[in-house]
Amino acid sequence: MNATPQFALVDVNNFYVSCERVFQPALAHTPIVVLSNNDGCAVARSNEVKALGVKMGVPWFKMKDLAEKHDIRAFSSNYTLYGDMSNRVALVLRDFSPEIEIYSIDEAFLRIETVAHLYGGALAMGEQIRHRVKQWTGLPVCVGVAPTKTLAKLANYMAKKRAEFNGVCDLHALSRPERLGYMADIDAGEVWGVGPRLAPRLKEMGIQSVLDLRNASPKTLRSHFGVVMERVCSELRGIACLELEQVAPSKQQIMSSRSFGHSVEALEDLREAVATYVDRAAEKLREQGSVCAAVHVFVQCNRFRPEEPQNNTGTTVALVAPSDDTLALTAAALHGLRSIYRPGFRYKKTGIMLTLLSDKGVQQGSLFDAPVEHARSAAVMSAMDQVNRLYGRGMLRTGASGTQQRWSMRSENRSPRFTTRWDELPVVR
Amino acid sequence: MQTLTQTPVKMPVDTPACEVRLISHRISAGFPSPASDYVEDGLDLNDYLVRNKPATFMFTVKGDSMTGASIEDGDKVVVDRSQAPQHNDIVVAVVDSEYTIKRLFMRDGEVELRPENPSYKAICFAEGRELQVWGVVVGVVRRYPVKR
Repeated sequence: MNATPQFALVDVNNFYVSCERVFQPALAHTPIVVLSNNDGCAVARSNEVKALGVKMGVPWFKMKDLAEKHDIRAFSSNYTLYGDMSNRVALVLRDFSPEIEIYSIDEAFLRIETVAHLYGGALAMGEQIRHRVKQWTGLPVCVGVAPTKTLAKLANYMAKKRAEFNGVCDLHALSRPERLGYMADIDAGEVWGVGPRLAPRLKEMGIQSVLDLRNASPKTLRSHFGVVMERVCSELRGIACLELEQVAPSKQQIMSSRSFGHSVEALEDLREAVATYVDRAAEKLREQGSVCAAVHVFVQCNRFRPEEPQNNTGTTVALVAPSDDTLALTAAALHGLRSIYRPGFRYKKTGIMLTLLSDKGVQQGSLFDAPVEHARSAAVMSAMDQVNRLYGRGMLRTGASGTQQRWSMRSENRSPRFTTRWDELPVVR
Repeated sequence: MQTLTQTPVKMPVDTPACEVRLISHRISAGFPSPASDYVEDGLDLNDYLVRNKPATFMFTVKGDSMTGASIEDGDKVVVDRSQAPQHNDIVVAVVDSEYTIKRLFMRDGEVELRPENPSYKAICFAEGRELQVWGVVVGVVRRYPVKR
């Protein structure tokens, strides 16, 4: 058996758009964009929209004319649906290889060198992955296979952009001249870890294409960009420096914030929003088995309206003892909010960040520890998490988060949550 | 981490002669249940209805075109996309960009979507016209409105 590592990167094409299309067949050829929180910017575009030259992140209001002219349909982000579909894809992929890293909502790396022969080789395996994901979930994917993660990313890019690959590219099934030819053809900025920020600096050094980057001197790269770029270069030469990260590392801080649907002035509304974000962040904190020692809370006015009075400020509140209790964290956040809130401003955004995280298991006892209360808090929190897992997010939350939530985010064109709500299932006649 | 010292720590003079510890432990009275070794999780409808989780979706049925197959208006149907559609399966298909639930007829080169209600007509697929099956119906769920 071949001992060289083989990574497959599986990536869903235009993921959010594709999720919308699975359940709305009438949209199969309609130009679609999916908008960010609060219906702000385009975060996903169908191929038709890309062909019209609409770039990622363009604000919706700036493309309204174009949208009218070409009948572009805009959807608010339906994260419930996208999350469920993402889980389904991950389940399908796990069948192909138990060694899997869910890299993002629409991408996963697999290690396949020990299993590829079961499918008749990497290329055939890629084709079966593509076929099965499409058949089972309705989502189109592309697969890139290579001996390093960075090259697998590149192979995936080629599978997506070059029709001749038909959605699956095994980089090392190509001859060496062919492979290097493609690399010469692709901009260095497309390489994973380079991006549009570093690409201009590479260009200044005469590094234009992927091939240039591959052939650059590691020493020079290191002295200009540090060890990360040197690693990118090695990876492009087929030397695997990055391992599969099967267990996501625990987050060092947990942030939860969002812009309001419209400006908010009253402390009460801000309190509700802050409590809501603490609710969600605390749940994440418990999910990863951590406790936090401090809560940061901040408010922002609309920075794009400099003519309006601005109160953009934040504060950090330390807890008596590290905790993962929603109620303790909410109390701290609201305490902080009270200290920074000033009336008479039109607030656009608020948020919280849980910081100074540590493992719950290795917590140090404190003078003021009350074991009985600890046990009670743990029981209440675990009950809360279970209820919310069973009956849907936010079913059980703190009273401070309010019931009206008049400030909540704008999502006027969200499609139904087709896969997770009984009353929003697709209808068949 | 502390370094171990060679000298033993001196005992404080006023060590109490005895120490009372309260250990709380719940002890259930009565006989243990003879069935406790045989307890199972109970019935899970997901186990029964869903054979392939990532490929299974639910739809709400509208209308009466399938009443002959005991699929009524308002029923939820379980649709498995991993099943290859075969003759006589009930399927969810996409016709003119709309979902339709019908029985699939595939015999002697004829392909039709047949309703199970005489007041509806079959949808025929002439040669060259493509039938797009979304998934195969593998179950139906109905709840009756019970008022007490």
